[in-house]
Amino acid sequence: MKSLSRNKSVASNMGAADLASQKTRKLKTPWVFIAICMSPWVFGFLFFTAYPMGASLYQSFTKFNLIETPKWVGTENYVRMFTDDPDFWKALKNTVWISAVSIPLRIAFALFTAWILTKPKRGSNIYRTIFFLPAMVPTVAATMSFTYIFNPAIGPINKFLEFFGIKNPPMWFIDPHWSKWALILLGLWGIGDTMIIYLAGLLDVPRSLYEAAAIEGASGWQQFRYVTIPMMTPVIFFSTVTGIIGSFQYFTQAYVAAGQVNDYSHSMYFYATHIYHEAFRAYEMGYASALAWVLLIFTLICTLIMLQTQKRWVHYPNGSLFK
Amino acid sequence: MSAYTQEQWARIDADAAIMRRKARRHKFLETVGNHSILIAMSAIFIMPLYLIVVISLMTYRQASLRALWPSPFVWHNYIEVFHAVPFMHWTLNTLFVSTLTMIGTVVSSVPPAYVLSRLQWRGRNGSFILILATMMLPGQVTMIPVYVIFAKLHWIPGYLPLIVPAFFSSAFSIFLLRQFFATIPDEISDAARIDGCSEFQLMMRIVIPLAKPAISAIALFAFLGAWNDFFGPLLYLVENPDLWTLGIGLTQFENLHHVDRNMLMTASALFMMPVIVIFFFSQKVFIEGVTLTGVKG
Repeated sequence: MKSLSRNKSVASNMGAADLASQKTRKLKTPWVFIAICMSPWVFGFLFFTAYPMGASLYQSFTKFNLIETPKWVGTENYVRMFTDDPDFWKALKNTVWISAVSIPLRIAFALFTAWILTKPKRGSNIYRTIFFLPAMVPTVAATMSFTYIFNPAIGPINKFLEFFGIKNPPMWFIDPHWSKWALILLGLWGIGDTMIIYLAGLLDVPRSLYEAAAIEGASGWQQFRYVTIPMMTPVIFFSTVTGIIGSFQYFTQAYVAAGQVNDYSHSMYFYATHIYHEAFRAYEMGYASALAWVLLIFTLICTLIMLQTQKRWVHYPNGSLFK
Repeated sequence: MSAYTQEQWARIDADAAIMRRKARRHKFLETVGNHSILIAMSAIFIMPLYLIVVISLMTYRQASLRALWPSPFVWHNYIEVFHAVPFMHWTLNTLFVSTLTMIGTVVSSVPPAYVLSRLQWRGRNGSFILILATMMLPGQVTMIPVYVIFAKLHWIPGYLPLIVPAFFSSAFSIFLLRQFFATIPDEISDAARIDGCSEFQLMMRIVIPLAKPAISAIALFAFLGAWNDFFGPLLYLVENPDLWTLGIGLTQFENLHHVDRNMLMTASALFMMPVIVIFFFSQKVFIEGVTLTGVKG
């Protein structure tokens, strides 16, 4: 039945195309036009994705310092990473920690801010603008400002906390135990664009579902738990996957903040920072390429695990996106 | 029904009125509750911006006393910052890179998105999946060989490594545009084809004008992406201070010149101001654009 109707629609499309092509000069697919239009992407793909991927895979098995030609060393770089590089473990630990804490927090916070925005009858646009505004602030400006206002000596944030009766407020970026929390706060402040995606998802949930739930006597919380959350699982899933990919590449905020406060204990040293240091400070380009490939493999594994689990908890009203 | 006496009817009416009042009061309390939460959250979201602005207007002495309101207002800070560091120069550099990146992205992303959404051809879906896959690829994997290419071309330090790739399509922009192009009815194209319109004319005269919101969105995202970019300039511009963008300049602020520390907030405020102004003028385009990148469609 399904295939039948598809054939039918193909047939009717072809009918329209035939009709169109009888009147116009061209009869077939306009390949020249397609080739010209696709060429920027095709060349971009070759120059900036395909060739570099191959080259970096090769370089990851070499010793390469940018000036001399790469020297083949086999799997030495990969062995070194796991056996002889404490910074690698430090960076990996920090990255896993911040992913595990910040991804769920970001999802909960984005869902909550979007949900509360759907509540009021009036004024929700004003609140939306305010919540979104910090997402517009350039990352460097936001990070520099946060290191300033969270500075325990000259920043006003701790003055607020003291005012509210907190005796020994954290030292934030300066304290290795708090610096990652400060970065997480910085990330939550700029939640705006994630929030907008959640808001669009929430507004897509059919009203009738809530009405049905209300008739059945579901409370506000129960409606949220048994209608909103299941309907939002595709968005939650999507933002978890992009969150994982993004957090392995977490760089700018940590790099800028670490530069501001002399992060001796490397509490803000993440995986992407490690790659940057190995490549452009130590000029260990081969080793850095190996690190990048391990990053890609980590990302792929995490994404595949997520794809595997989605059957259990992601609810697609119109069938799966990834079928 | 008619079995009720007048007295009973009166009581039923009274009960109903109480229920209505209760419901109204409940609704009222809920509204008050929601708005209190929203106002409290707004205050938290606004606070850092507020602090940046007030600190930017203080003398350093005031700022280091952690005052929350400038007295007097040192508007002079906003002039001083242009003299203390080459702030104007950085701004123009950033504007230059961002504008060219924006132009490159639009010019090179609209045509692929057009043929990927408006024409049927063999390999179309395969290409699109490949484009989506490149979006998921961490930049670190390609970063080093791309750096080596630019180094061999003697483009480092310089703007070309930042600008040239923009002219080779952005996967994200293609994706966003395609989502939008796909919503334009096919009948419009068919009608134009029957009237003898070539594909090029169709794209330029019909589809692009209809897709203005999506094209504005990718232009805006490309511009802001370049304006906010830190990593690219860090790799390609850092060695030559004449080329610095605002992002790099700001991180070097304190090393450069003996300026009061709170002037850093003045510079930050100036850095974010254009972006926030742009946002207020284009909020609709912006929010629709972000929404298009979600999982819809």
